[in-house]
Amino acid sequence: MATQRTTLAGRVLAAPSVILLFLWMVVPLAMTIYFSTLRYSLLDPDSVAFIGFQNYIDFLQDPNFFAALYNTLLLVGAVLLISVIGGLFVALLIDQPIMGQGIVRLMVIAPFLVMPTVSALVWKNLFMNPISGLFAWLAQLVGLPAIDWFTNWPLLSVIIIVAWQWLPFAALILLTALQSLDEEQKEAAALDGAGPVSYLFYIILPHIARAMTVVVLIETIFLLSVYAEILVTTKGGPGNATTNIPFLIYKQALLDFDVGGASAGGLVAVVLANIVAIFLMRIVGKNLEA
Amino acid sequence: MSARRKLSHRLTMTVLAWIVGLLIFFPILWTVLTSFKSELDAFAIPPKFLFFHWTLENYGVVQERSNYIGAATNSILLSIGANLVGLAIAVPAAWSMAFAPTIAIDRRETRVMYVVMLAGIAVTVLIAWLTSFPLFTSWWGYVLLAVIVGLPVISWIMTRRTTDVLMWMLSTKMMPGVGVLVPIYLLYRDYHLIDTRLGVGFLLMMVNLPIIIWMLYTYFKEIPVDILEAARMDGASLLNEIVHVLTPMATPGIASTMLLSIILSWNEAFWTLRLTTTHAAPLTFLIAEYSSPEGLFWAKLSAASTLAIAPIIVLGWFSQKQLVRGLTFGAVK
Repeated sequence: MATQRTTLAGRVLAAPSVILLFLWMVVPLAMTIYFSTLRYSLLDPDSVAFIGFQNYIDFLQDPNFFAALYNTLLLVGAVLLISVIGGLFVALLIDQPIMGQGIVRLMVIAPFLVMPTVSALVWKNLFMNPISGLFAWLAQLVGLPAIDWFTNWPLLSVIIIVAWQWLPFAALILLTALQSLDEEQKEAAALDGAGPVSYLFYIILPHIARAMTVVVLIETIFLLSVYAEILVTTKGGPGNATTNIPFLIYKQALLDFDVGGASAGGLVAVVLANIVAIFLMRIVGKNLEA
Repeated sequence: MSARRKLSHRLTMTVLAWIVGLLIFFPILWTVLTSFKSELDAFAIPPKFLFFHWTLENYGVVQERSNYIGAATNSILLSIGANLVGLAIAVPAAWSMAFAPTIAIDRRETRVMYVVMLAGIAVTVLIAWLTSFPLFTSWWGYVLLAVIVGLPVISWIMTRRTTDVLMWMLSTKMMPGVGVLVPIYLLYRDYHLIDTRLGVGFLLMMVNLPIIIWMLYTYFKEIPVDILEAARMDGASLLNEIVHVLTPMATPGIASTMLLSIILSWNEAFWTLRLTTTHAAPLTFLIAEYSSPEGLFWAKLSAASTLAIAPIIVLGWFSQKQLVRGLTFGAVK
């Protein structure tokens, strides 16, 4: 029972969190909005001037922006496709009555726990190196020329690395959802003579639909801000072949020292993330009511 | 299905699952193996899988070449420190949301708060207009504006339904780091917080706070409120209720929350890479330094990597269920 006393206490106890999160949200965002209207270079900090929407116009008209947007969408889309479909496959497999289920499960989720800088560098060197990498050796075994991954397929290489990190996440969440499926429902479907395909489409997929949506949305939010993997492997190159929006903004801010332009870009990134966030919030919110 | 077909099905699936599992796990295994090789063996073609001269030398060199112990200390201090402070702030908040929620909005109170909020904004604008207050010409004018407007807004937020407040907290997690990179960087530069544990730790705490509150909330919700009320009837003060009644019962939940939050802070690689250089640099940064061409020593990279990921993989293995719960904000349990 919420009494007068506990209600008041509740407000007081929630206050530190609310205030901190509010400041964390509003202060930097207000500053970003302010900076985005300025011509402000750290190399020439004395000639700051108000220029209205010019930074946005410049940022959105920059051909680099379109390349970055394209790379971002491709990266997010490809990783989602690989990780969700692959993750579903892995989850279905582990959910079978297999021996050593616990160990397989441990092996599968491990990559998600590896820090981004480690996975990127290990893949880049130990696997994708065109001379001494494991892939070069495998190609040589079957008589194919070795692929110079980061020179010829830079974005694909980044996609592979990031997908390796996120497939375990999808598998883990989908597996958890699968395991909450009723035994009785499974038996009933088997008794009714449902084949594997109709079983998948009429029993499993509807059951895990919400978990899948959650996976897609959460991954999208994180994938929209992939950064460390690119920094330690390609630094956005060659050219701008692997520059995504976060990396473009980072370059503009901390390598070109263009505070105004980077702020405008940052707000574009915030808007992009929020489009996805709105859908995620709805789903989580519905869950909260139930 | 006949018993025989059942068994063969089981065997096929077992073999398949193990192959897939091993393939996914292989890069980690390969890293660990490479860390025990000499640099020469690490580059060897065809690769040496198990039959090479096993050596521990790389682990010694890792410390010589780069300050591994310093980075590991930073990682530990940052993830645990940010976590403890975060919990201290989040436990009371989660208590209030789970046990003293605002379910229906008090219309009159809301209306009062709404007026207060609008009045706050109006007064600010008026002051800015009438005086030559540097509101729109300097960033701290904007910050001041945010604070003056913020106080009424915060009081308004706090009269909202608890579920709405929770959703709002979640929304702060959706903000991409690059969106606020410039102001944070400049603020940190001006206040000499770059490359300090305090500065980076604060950021890690803020980034994880919404997840911590959410997770604690879902655990607290499972504790019967009757027990807390019984303690209250017996005259326990609020502090005693939280510290001596709630906390012991919620220990598993709080521990799981800690685990997840430590994992997330340990692997955080945007702010740690941008805001540290030497003094406060954690393991993510140390490993990133191996990306420079002159640092291409695979065995040493592998040794450093193994040391950096092993503790977290072990922690993660112990907290699989909690990972799911925390990362999906309770939407999948």
